[in-house]
Amino acid sequence: MSRNCSNQNSYDVIVIGAGHAGCEAALAAARMGAQTAIFSMNLDSVANMPCNPNIGGTAKGHLVREIDALGGEMGKCADKTLIQSRMLNTAKGPAVYSLRAQIDRRSYQREMKHTLELQENLDLIQAEITDILVENNRVTGVRSHLGTVFNAKAVILTTGTYLKGRIVVGDVVYSGGPDGLLPANRLSESLKKFGIELLRFKTGTPARINRRSIDFSRMEIQHGDNPIVPFSFEHETIEREQVPCYLTYTTEKTHRIIRENLHRSALFGGIIEGIGPRYCPSIEDKIVRFADKERHQVFVEPMGLDTEEFYLQGFSTSMPVDVQIEMIRSLPGLENARIMRYAYAIEYDCINPLDLKLSLEFKNIDGLFSAGQINGSSGYEEAAAQGLIAGINAVLKIKGEQPLILDRSQAYIGVLIDDLVTKGTNEPYRMMTSRAEYRLHLRQDNADARLTPIGYKIGLIKEDRYKKFLIKQQSISNEIKRLKSKTVPPSDKVNEFLKRHSSSPISTGIKLYDLLKRPEITYEALKEIDDGMPDLPRSFAEQVSVSVKYEGYIAKQLQQIEQFKKMEQRLIPEDIDYEKIPGLRIEARQKLARQRPASIGQASRISGVSPADISVLLIYLDAKRKRGGKQ
Amino acid sequence: MDGLLTDTIGAISTAVGNAGISIIRMSGPEAFSVASKIFRGKGNFYEYRSHTVHYGKIIDPDNNDVIDEVLITKMAAPRTYTREDTVEISCHGGYVTASRILDLLYRNGVRPAEPGEFTKRAFLNGRIDLAQAEAVMDIIASRTEKSSKVAVSQLEGRLSDKINSLRTRLVEMLASIEVNLDYPEYDFEEVAADTLSMKIRSVYDELKNLIEGFHYGKILREGMEVAIIGKPNAGKSSLLNRLSGRNRAIVTDIPGTTRDILEEYVNILGMPIKLIDTAGLRETENAVEKIGVNKAIEVMDSSDLILFILDANSGFEQEDADILEKVEKYREKTIFVVNKTDKKDEGKLNEIKERIPNVLEISVLEDSGINILEREIYQYVNKNNIDTDNQILVTNARHKKHLQLSLADLEKALAAIEAGMTMDVVSIDIKSAAENLGYITGHQVSEEVVANIFERFCIGK
Ligand SMILES: Cc1cc2nc3c(=O)[nH]c(=O)nc-3n(C[C@H](O)[C@H](O)[C@H](O)COP(=O)(O)OP(=O)(O)OC[C@H]3O[C@@H](n4cnc5c(N)ncnc54)[C@H](O)[C@@H]3O)c2cc1C
Ligand SMILES: Nc1nc2c(ncn2[C@@H]2O[C@H](COP(=O)(O)OP(=O)(O)O)[C@@H](O)[C@H]2O)c(=O)[nH]1
Ligand SMILES: [Mg+2]
Repeated sequence: MSRNCSNQNSYDVIVIGAGHAGCEAALAAARMGAQTAIFSMNLDSVANMPCNPNIGGTAKGHLVREIDALGGEMGKCADKTLIQSRMLNTAKGPAVYSLRAQIDRRSYQREMKHTLELQENLDLIQAEITDILVENNRVTGVRSHLGTVFNAKAVILTTGTYLKGRIVVGDVVYSGGPDGLLPANRLSESLKKFGIELLRFKTGTPARINRRSIDFSRMEIQHGDNPIVPFSFEHETIEREQVPCYLTYTTEKTHRIIRENLHRSALFGGIIEGIGPRYCPSIEDKIVRFADKERHQVFVEPMGLDTEEFYLQGFSTSMPVDVQIEMIRSLPGLENARIMRYAYAIEYDCINPLDLKLSLEFKNIDGLFSAGQINGSSGYEEAAAQGLIAGINAVLKIKGEQPLILDRSQAYIGVLIDDLVTKGTNEPYRMMTSRAEYRLHLRQDNADARLTPIGYKIGLIKEDRYKKFLIKQQSISNEIKRLKSKTVPPSDKVNEFLKRHSSSPISTGIKLYDLLKRPEITYEALKEIDDGMPDLPRSFAEQVSVSVKYEGYIAKQLQQIEQFKKMEQRLIPEDIDYEKIPGLRIEARQKLARQRPASIGQASRISGVSPADISVLLIYLDAKRKRGGKQ
Repeated sequence: MDGLLTDTIGAISTAVGNAGISIIRMSGPEAFSVASKIFRGKGNFYEYRSHTVHYGKIIDPDNNDVIDEVLITKMAAPRTYTREDTVEISCHGGYVTASRILDLLYRNGVRPAEPGEFTKRAFLNGRIDLAQAEAVMDIIASRTEKSSKVAVSQLEGRLSDKINSLRTRLVEMLASIEVNLDYPEYDFEEVAADTLSMKIRSVYDELKNLIEGFHYGKILREGMEVAIIGKPNAGKSSLLNRLSGRNRAIVTDIPGTTRDILEEYVNILGMPIKLIDTAGLRETENAVEKIGVNKAIEVMDSSDLILFILDANSGFEQEDADILEKVEKYREKTIFVVNKTDKKDEGKLNEIKERIPNVLEISVLEDSGINILEREIYQYVNKNNIDTDNQILVTNARHKKHLQLSLADLEKALAAIEAGMTMDVVSIDIKSAAENLGYITGHQVSEEVVANIFERFCIGK
């Protein structure tokens, strides 16, 4: 790695953008020893949350856990700045337990920015990057709006929603970035010049209301959990006072206002042409598409501790401002609402993720990586996860090492990147647990078991944390062994205990392990009849309990994973000529030739490639290998 | 796909016991050298022209024993079915000689072919495409009009429509579970365990029906198996010949001539029927014949229908009593027939009728009663009132396997709900059930699919 500290124009890795993707990318690269620079249009908007003030939730919480297990920053920063935390889905099973926290938005930004500033090997610089520099299909650096050239061996695009940003409020349209920030209007042209295809996506955010104008007594109150479960595996507990969120509902009046003004919405009036996501429709969308639903939920969430701004989750809209006010004031508790920021939609340029390898490097431009919303995803966690991987792979590339590719059976991160890169997307992509085939294995409680050894190997997990991790794994497996070996004899005390938990009594001895398998018996409860139970930390106990209770299902899933891996490990040579394979249908041939999948497994997930095509491909590769071996 | 294309494979390519002549086929780079080692004919095997037939003997090179007199066909690559060097040996008689020759091939470096492997090679060597390879199976299978009707409706997608609709229902269930898992903060209606159970059960029942139809589908596709049993000389082989209209089985006056199982496909009133002629079911010391008798008992067990042939000339003898005892178990699927009414002994025939009241009287020689027998056979097949024109039938073993796996998944899902498992777990089984249906309609990929497609193929064409 270069160590020319005197020269502030030459780096190993340059990251364009200091959003959630950029921050993880830059930190990972610098921590792996690369001289790194991270650029942002505005240093006061580092790690900004332009939309909802929370981190985590279903599948997204899993991503944060995984980022942390690999040595990323988001989980730690969230733990430091959260103001309410809840574990969702606790009744629906361990695969979908999901951690979600309200974040003090400003503190989060400050915390992340400071972390960047303190990071060795890293320069945080305010500048708009207007050009990427490419020679012979290899990226060589970037140029800023001030004309300065910065050289780099690898460049990572993490420009979020800024490229050619266009803000839409009703029938008012203007060029702009999120949160009143400037858009980045020049970089797109440079990307296009090097053959990068750009798509136009859209997303939106609801209004912010001043707390003083809200009547919370007309809303349902939602408190956080006690105790707080931290995101980071480095934190065992968090002691903090939490603030509540609130819930209100749309009314008949709301729906009437929306219906009457539909023609004035940007969405229905045809002003917005970008493709918006199906999963977070604007409120007018919801009312048109689900016409018989009487009411919709609207969550009212604090933006932070030292601000009176409240966020209206579930109420994003492309209506003009006068309609917005009317709509909001039709919600119980918001009759006198004072709007601080109006709802708006934003359109922006993003790349086609099909142009990327699984390492997040462009297929056609060596050394150029891309991560975050610019890849067609949506969400802070999705962005951070990609950023981390792009940062790691940029460094591995410079070192001449194999990229880190997590597959679909290893991590949600793997599912996310594989989906984007293999299937592409025609709307901002949001992570969901149902996108993961191996959900019972990809749990949030065992993210460390899945990924920390990898983080250690690439150097993002330090020695002491790794040692602690090993001890944790050891005590978990010891405890499972103990449960398997210890028998509880039948006794009045035991049967009374079982009766109390509506569990059938025993007449012969039973292993603790088998008792724990009963759905109605929790690990914690077992303590009462198990005097040898060690005093394990919460996170250890959770893994013990889930491993035992779901053993059969987990084993089955691991078997499926083995099958899956076989296909993933059948690599397709990079120089394969699809034109030369007889029997491939034309559509499949074109798709395969365009996307050049790395493995049979990846090929099989490309839309338009049928099982028969895969058979043909498999057989061709097999025959080719055999023939090659013979010569 | 181990050993693909580098080794030589061999197999008997006529169905087991089929006909008086068996064909052994081998394909691969060593086919000619192995043939030259074991074949003694006029001139040098290597010098024979491609696509010519030669007469000679198969010799065991280890001890120079002559195994059989044969006709050998030499076919050089690439103008062969597999596009590889291919040798076909036609030998006398049934299974026994053929398997001795096959054994000899195996001892000389030929590997036993997997089911469908010849067709697989044809595909691998670019002779046919995958769709054609699958079609070969159906061409082989569609022996009569009725079964081709099923094949056609299969093609037109009635089966896949049905399976897709079941799959869609599972996917819908999944969606309503998933939405609650992925959007816990919203107030979507939770899927109640008992409603879910009910919905699963209804898909389960329909799947089960489909699977049950497989048996009938198999009858249509492969022919119903009808075993002809009876003491030696009752006229079993004669009846088989009559029904098939050809001179296939060896008909003699010497009891016990039919030593193997003979099979013949016939078309009875539009139904494909596989007639199986067994050796006489009598206690025997003769080793070869004993094999035949044991097989006959096996066949009785596996066949769909049994024709028990008695003799109006010889009457009810001890041997008939022995067979009657064995057939007792299968009475439900047995049609009793008394043959040779042209030469009947009135008293002996009456004796038979006393014991077996509804016995059907025929004379193969005079062709009397055969029509009635055919109708009986036809009615037996249709007695389940299966409407061939409207019923959706599963005829393909691979399809059946996935339907069964899917059914098993649903069973597990039901059990998980019953046990109070959480929805994240229940959904795994439902998803797996949907995926298994997806395998049939082509919604998914696994390396096994290729292997399985080929496993369905019978050896040879
Ligand atoms: C209006 C709106 C609504 C949203 N709604 C949702 C939602 O409902 N749900 C959800 O999950 N997510 C939503 N998001 C998305 C979420 O904000 C993003 O997914 C996430 O922040 C993306 O992170 P990122 O790192 O990719 O980009 P960003 O956080 O957008 O960061 C981009 C960074 O790049 C910098 N930058 C851009 N171009 C240049 C340049 N040329 N030179 C230098 N610096 C540059 C910017 O200054 C910024 O620091 C919304 C975002 C917006 C703006
Ligand atoms: N008269 C008469 N002879 C028959 C009839 N059917 C078969 N045969 C004769 O019975 C003998 C034995 O027949 P075959 O079919 O070999 O009996 P199998 O041993 O049961 O197979 C042959 O000589 C046939 O010609 C029949 O209906 N009438
Ligand atoms: Mg006979």
